[in-house]
Amino acid sequence: MEITFRSLWTLVHGMGFGALYLMACSGALVELYRRYSPDAKAIEVADERFLGRYLIVMAVLAWLTVLTGTYIIYPWYRAVPPPGTVDLTAFPQRLLLSDPATSSWHSIGMEWKEHVAWIVPIATTMAAVIFARHGRNLRVQAELRSAVFGFVWISLLCAVIAGFFGAMINKHAPVEGDTTIHITHGAQK
Amino acid sequence: MTNTRSSTTVNVPDYPNGSGAAAMLAAGIGSFLVALFALIADKSPAVKSLMIFYRPTGPLSGVTTCAIVAWLLVWFILDRRWSGKTVAVGRLRTAAFALLILAVLLTFPPIADLF
Repeated sequence: MEITFRSLWTLVHGMGFGALYLMACSGALVELYRRYSPDAKAIEVADERFLGRYLIVMAVLAWLTVLTGTYIIYPWYRAVPPPGTVDLTAFPQRLLLSDPATSSWHSIGMEWKEHVAWIVPIATTMAAVIFARHGRNLRVQAELRSAVFGFVWISLLCAVIAGFFGAMINKHAPVEGDTTIHITHGAQK
Repeated sequence: MTNTRSSTTVNVPDYPNGSGAAAMLAAGIGSFLVALFALIADKSPAVKSLMIFYRPTGPLSGVTTCAIVAWLLVWFILDRRWSGKTVAVGRLRTAAFALLILAVLLTFPPIADLF
């Protein structure tokens, strides 16, 4: 069993930071609704502190996801093959564009993903900062509270778009290559 | 087992909402700028080449860096103006959501290609 260095980074980006963000975002929405619904009990200080830290961790995850995606994986994805290259497996963008059946995964999927994903850390940072500054006061600040909910919802939508296209693009043209890391050696037959 | 550490229930205090409103509107503007800079870089070859801050990543590096810097700058300015004050959040929230939704739509290539 082995994995390439580039494939490992893709896993860290998508299955690590990205998937963790998606799960955390769902949890944050549930907690925000639970604590700020009209019939919710009074918010405790410990609860408030926990949710504040939770949103900060979410914002950090969102930043790590876009930064690793943009500055580590994307350069491998868009690498330009030398003239005359026939085997495009090490050049995912060119591999997708070489076949009309897969070219839309780049021209729509990656083109959307690479930009829409950057809305996620902006929206999540805003939610974390508003919560840190206003906390339980959001119960009486209905407009700010609905803004936090709305931005977190839209950040979830953007993360789902980016995650979906990331997974599908990596299925059709995986980012592979560089050093091979051997995880285990199978038994000889 | 009951957790007694820091579990005091407190009343809801009344704070000014200016800093929250600044964060909210700045986030809407920042999101919109990601889409706007991407659109401009896509339409103008000159801007596209100017946006290449880090060659391996291409114009995406400049588009996102400019949008993030502008977002933080707008946030800083709005926060300085509104912090400690109470502002009418209703219209600001509508504007922030409109910018956010426009950002999502404008980053969608078939819509961006209409311009």
